[in-house]
Amino acid sequence: MSEAKKFNFIGQRTIRPDGHDKVTGKANYAADLALPGMIWGKILRSPHAHAKILKLDTSKAEAMLGVMSVATFDDLPSVSNEAIQSGEGAIDSLDLGRNVLARDKVLYHGHAIAAIAAKTEAIAEKALELIDVEYEVLTPVLDLHEAMKADAPLLHEDMFTQGYPEQPEKPSNIAARHELKMGDVEAGFAEADVIVERDFVTPTVHQGYIEPHACTVSYNTEGQSMVWCSTQGHFDVRASTAKLLAMPLGNLKVIASEIGGGFGGKTTVYLEPIALILSRKSGRPVKMMMDRDEVFRASGPASAARLTVKVGGKKDGTITAMQTSIAYEAGAFKGSPAMIGGMTAFTPYNCANVYCETFDVVVNKPKVAAYRAPGAPQAEFGAEMAVSELAEKLGIDPVDLRLQNAAKEGTQTVYGPKLKAVGLVECLEAAKNSPHYKTELKEGEGRGIASGFWFNIGGQSSVTINMNPDGTGTIVEGSPDIGGSRASMQMMAAEELGIPLNDLKPIIGDTESIPYNQSTGGSRTTFATGMAVIEAAQDVVQQLKERAASLWNVTPDQVEWRDGSAINTAGEGQMTCAEICAKCEKTGGQISGTGNVNARGAGPSFAVHVCDTKVDMETGKVDVIRYTAIQDAGKAIHPSYVEGQFQGGAAQGIGWALNEEYVYNDDGVMENAGFLDYRIPLASDLPMIDTIIVEVPNNFHPYGVRGVGESGIIPPLAAVGYAVGDAIGANVSELPCSPPRVLKLIQEKG
Amino acid sequence: MLSAACVEVDPRKRLDVSMAMVFFSGELQRFTGEEKTSVVALNYRELLGELHNKYPDLKNSEITEMAIAIDGEIVHEPLLELIPEAAELHFFHFIAGG
Repeated sequence: MSEAKKFNFIGQRTIRPDGHDKVTGKANYAADLALPGMIWGKILRSPHAHAKILKLDTSKAEAMLGVMSVATFDDLPSVSNEAIQSGEGAIDSLDLGRNVLARDKVLYHGHAIAAIAAKTEAIAEKALELIDVEYEVLTPVLDLHEAMKADAPLLHEDMFTQGYPEQPEKPSNIAARHELKMGDVEAGFAEADVIVERDFVTPTVHQGYIEPHACTVSYNTEGQSMVWCSTQGHFDVRASTAKLLAMPLGNLKVIASEIGGGFGGKTTVYLEPIALILSRKSGRPVKMMMDRDEVFRASGPASAARLTVKVGGKKDGTITAMQTSIAYEAGAFKGSPAMIGGMTAFTPYNCANVYCETFDVVVNKPKVAAYRAPGAPQAEFGAEMAVSELAEKLGIDPVDLRLQNAAKEGTQTVYGPKLKAVGLVECLEAAKNSPHYKTELKEGEGRGIASGFWFNIGGQSSVTINMNPDGTGTIVEGSPDIGGSRASMQMMAAEELGIPLNDLKPIIGDTESIPYNQSTGGSRTTFATGMAVIEAAQDVVQQLKERAASLWNVTPDQVEWRDGSAINTAGEGQMTCAEICAKCEKTGGQISGTGNVNARGAGPSFAVHVCDTKVDMETGKVDVIRYTAIQDAGKAIHPSYVEGQFQGGAAQGIGWALNEEYVYNDDGVMENAGFLDYRIPLASDLPMIDTIIVEVPNNFHPYGVRGVGESGIIPPLAAVGYAVGDAIGANVSELPCSPPRVLKLIQEKG
Repeated sequence: MLSAACVEVDPRKRLDVSMAMVFFSGELQRFTGEEKTSVVALNYRELLGELHNKYPDLKNSEITEMAIAIDGEIVHEPLLELIPEAAELHFFHFIAGG
């Protein structure tokens, strides 16, 4: 990448092309579609957190007037143990099928058992009451400590812990154990002058997307079936649904609607396979929607975690060893991001001696799903809390300690490769020089600093740019737009083509109109789909040059493309994009550019957050009074949306740190399944979140882009947690820092 | 006259070809018994073959499902990857995201 490159559009704060429709209510979300003859699907959910299904009789419901079809696990024709990709990585398709509709056991309160499609929602709901289910209720396992005990009730009798040298003789709720190590931690701790060792706990939290899961489907026995749904990845919806229903991929068309938030939670399927079964059996289009209660009880949250962290440092500030043992809840089926926690926990540090042990543990809660940097916030919370305490005990400024030990280009990571160019040092320096950090704290206020690391990914993206005879064009991409990516794609295409932004219309193609695209996740879209856009636009430019060359009777290499026009360097002449497109019929037909990439070289993004809090010592209520989010974007294509990602990640992380948690009773029933009781931050809870964009270019992207969507949620847990502890003079070890928990700490301190 | 391509020696038989260094994660060390090894391989498939020959227990690992970092560059689908001379290679689990 040329550092001297001058941009016309990149780095501008343009108007998002989808903005008008969204603020005026014209945008179509998944629940907005209605089809002729459409009926309604509803789901019967388990009233128990752990039980065997002894009997499931749907005959009375099927006989009810207005009921059109019924679905149970037995309607899933093909479920095996093959892996299917989802937001957290691969998921076992048998587990996916059993999560969509329970087979012989219900494994969490709200687990889907059967579904009804009827002419009205009311009939469907009434018919659910006629389904006869007999259960043998089992003791639920709701806590990591309990689940990991050798004599704990088992969720899966056939699950043996993977990752030990010998397969254990007895089944366990521990699905897997992994270990990452580098150097010699014992020797490292022996070198240390100060050692900090603490236990930390983080709760189950939800992504809190405002739009619940919804879909409308139409099964076609003779040809192509259709799914219209809210998803981060319609190609993955097609793959999962087709797998569960044993359908050829080509027989299923999935259309991604506008999406009202996902944050990782919309990278798997819940309703779509069920709705297709109901549609197939009834011969009618079927609409299904979760309500908020169902979203909380039956869609995938982020893992609760318990971890022990130990860090050691010398008086001169050198961190000599870092160690952690991490257990993550996977929910009802294996597959938490525990190992990702181990891979990320200490990556912000250049430490020679690191050891991480991770456990993936099943419990009677919904199967976890991805949530922004899945697995990283929990582990890095413990690591950053411990590093801040180490700085305090060593008498070193927490930013200085981090700067002294910061990961940089060439730093060896515990998960394998050495880091390429990264911007952690630049973020820490920006934090230290920020007006926020230079602000003196007042009596009763506390401050926390934390770093965050996320890998970012690339992967497969495909884009087509179709030029129109008037010189305008359509950018067809396959990445559902969650955070304003259409604007970024428009800007990158315009940058290459040199034509006005509004001459290019970005749209999200369905699974038939564009080749395969991985989901919008992993902070990959601006990076990887952006590369495909650039490639497609360059393809268009080449074709425009060839068409101009043919009209001038010169060779294409005698034509230059400059500011949206072809220049004849072999003679005189200039033609605009519109003039060339107007003649396309006479020069060879349609001008279309394609870009198909399997992008590699995604640049990790580091973030550093600074948080100041004030605590009401009588009630334990925490106010965040100042907050600054600093992050390396590589190159900010659209600075406003980059800042929005920083602020959004910070807001969600502050919610995770302060108030959000699933509260279960002893029977495994979630007691706060609604936004009144599950408290995500409101605008009135937050100060203005200041942002600083750091730009250390990623040399693998033509413009230097790094993904920015995930790192921002990592630092808030420790930045807020440490600030609360600093304000009250106590150690915070458990999130959220809700008023009762903070008040208890204040009272214990005396 | 033979073309240059015809007389080129198989790099695996050339003494001046540097070997790639494979570093094993803690998980893979259970199957290899060591932290690293040097391997001569022109591409990913040869690399896997060499490793399986050297460490038969690797067949019980998830190495074929893992991503690989080649000189720090992460490759999620490495089937057709060429291995540069003196490369540093790390296997690790696939990373997705949210």
